[in-house]
Amino acid sequence: MLPEKEVKQTVPLESSQSKDKGKKPVRMFQPQKKKPKVKSDNQNFTGYMFISPFLIGLFALTLFPILYSLYLSFTDYDLMGTPNWIGMDNYVRMFTNDPTFWTSMKVTFFYAGVAVPFRLVFALLVALALNKIVEMAGLYRTLLYLPSVVGGSIAIAIMWRQLFGNEGAINSILAGLGLPTHPWLGDPDTAIWTLIILYGWQFGSSMLIFLAGLRNIPKTYYEASSVDGASPLRQFFIITLPLLTPVILFNTIMQVIQGFMAFTPSFVVTNGGPVNSTLLYVLYMYERAFEYFDMGYASAMAWVMLIIIAIFTALIFKSSEHWVHYEGDSK
Amino acid sequence: MKNKALKKTIQHVLMITFALIMIYPLVWMVSSSLKESSSVFVDAHSLIPKEFHFDNYVAGWKGFGGITFGTFFWNSTIISVLATVGSIISSTVIAYGFARIKFAGKKIWFVSMMLTMMLPFEMVMIPQYIMFNTFGWLDTYLPLILPTFFGIPFFIFLIMQFIKTIPKELDEAAKIDGCNNFQIFYRIIVPLVVPAMMTSAIFSFYWRWDDFMGPLIYLSTPEKYPVSLALKLFSDPNSVTNWGAMFAMSTLSILPIFIIFFFFQRYIVDGISSSGLKG
Repeated sequence: MLPEKEVKQTVPLESSQSKDKGKKPVRMFQPQKKKPKVKSDNQNFTGYMFISPFLIGLFALTLFPILYSLYLSFTDYDLMGTPNWIGMDNYVRMFTNDPTFWTSMKVTFFYAGVAVPFRLVFALLVALALNKIVEMAGLYRTLLYLPSVVGGSIAIAIMWRQLFGNEGAINSILAGLGLPTHPWLGDPDTAIWTLIILYGWQFGSSMLIFLAGLRNIPKTYYEASSVDGASPLRQFFIITLPLLTPVILFNTIMQVIQGFMAFTPSFVVTNGGPVNSTLLYVLYMYERAFEYFDMGYASAMAWVMLIIIAIFTALIFKSSEHWVHYEGDSK
Repeated sequence: MKNKALKKTIQHVLMITFALIMIYPLVWMVSSSLKESSSVFVDAHSLIPKEFHFDNYVAGWKGFGGITFGTFFWNSTIISVLATVGSIISSTVIAYGFARIKFAGKKIWFVSMMLTMMLPFEMVMIPQYIMFNTFGWLDTYLPLILPTFFGIPFFIFLIMQFIKTIPKELDEAAKIDGCNNFQIFYRIIVPLVVPAMMTSAIFSFYWRWDDFMGPLIYLSTPEKYPVSLALKLFSDPNSVTNWGAMFAMSTLSILPIFIIFFFFQRYIVDGISSSGLKG
């Protein structure tokens, strides 16, 4: 049965859908079934049975809430009364009459713009170094992955706050080295950097993904180019980097979304301050929704961010045509 | 030859130094939890306490408002375990549907699932809150646990990838023996995807244990708080006086994560490497 399937499948796509489509004609090779329709109806029912939990969740917990939130964004809903339609007021207020909104937008763009590349480059460099080492690679990998394992927990955010506190370990080290100490969290110029470093410090997952990507590159490529006399640096740019681009694409998209959505660090480490210098977007949205109960306005904020993320993701995907190299693609 | 050995040594020295710098904050947290409370910030950087003060753990365990950390740990365990069971069972069932059964409209639903995977929770947080509010579910665990019973896209995808590595001939042989789809699922597929289910279960447990936003918006009675939320309150900079106890409870709160990591490391590393799961 299998060979037929492969013959039928002329488009060399990799996704599961195309494979399944290619398989449909297989039914023709089951002579006892004269009416394949009966069977396919049956399969339809079974298929929907299996994915029904997902479908219920999709409609009840994703699609409905998203549309409901769009509706709310045109109302003044405050959780007490009934929502009153106020048209574009929330959006107008946001863009023209709320400096805090713009502050949070700026802070978030700066944070995501610096922290995401920082983490990715860091993860890639460490993965490259680990890939070269044979002995004890497992131990290093474990140690370097540890910060990411625990990174999401509140305990780490609390620890970070103390680490960079006025009397924390960082200042203590600086004093010990005879360097000037600094109120890292109290200075609006440096507070955001403590959050960026916290984000970069948790590079472990990206590192593991890069490492897996590096291991997948055939050794023969390097051997062949060595014979041709290519230097390690040149090998990196002509072999490693191009073959790693799909992994980089995946990592970038996931990290950009994660970066825009960061909440816990600014909530716990700095609580948005000083003078809103670390007021990340989601933190401001949280304050609007759950401290001021300004549900309509917060919903509008959620939609603005959703559109921003969608645009960024689309742009990254679109640009990937130019820089992502799929093997067998360009040959 | 000598040159090579030297190069290797330098490599390892650099790597060890780097690794130590990276885990310094973690070690610092543990060591601060053992320092005498008043001396946590005297020579703050030092990693070796002058005396080991395990009484910080005793003091911290008492918690606040008459509620001990025992309650908070119990709450976290309940939420994490139930949510994990829910997400693994549902995700495996859904993954089998997507990976093995041909049905009309599959492509659309699969694409919707991939899109849901990229949709951050924060985007549906407000409408979901209003929804659960109308159901009268605020200050219960339902909003934290129930949604996991509809499958988690990351786990569905991970388990699907795993199912695809199982030879189809197994399914077909079972079909010839008279098995229907449900029997194929639980007699053949489930036993074989246990590793992927383990990976998903570990991540699910991590995410639920660490979850902060959910409990923060849904729970209001301190008796119901999980560790994450309790710790935030316990560490409020305006009220903390016992720093040692605060570090002690912080350390304790990540202990379950550490233990799972050391026992099941292989599943985690494999999971991330093969699917690009975020950790």
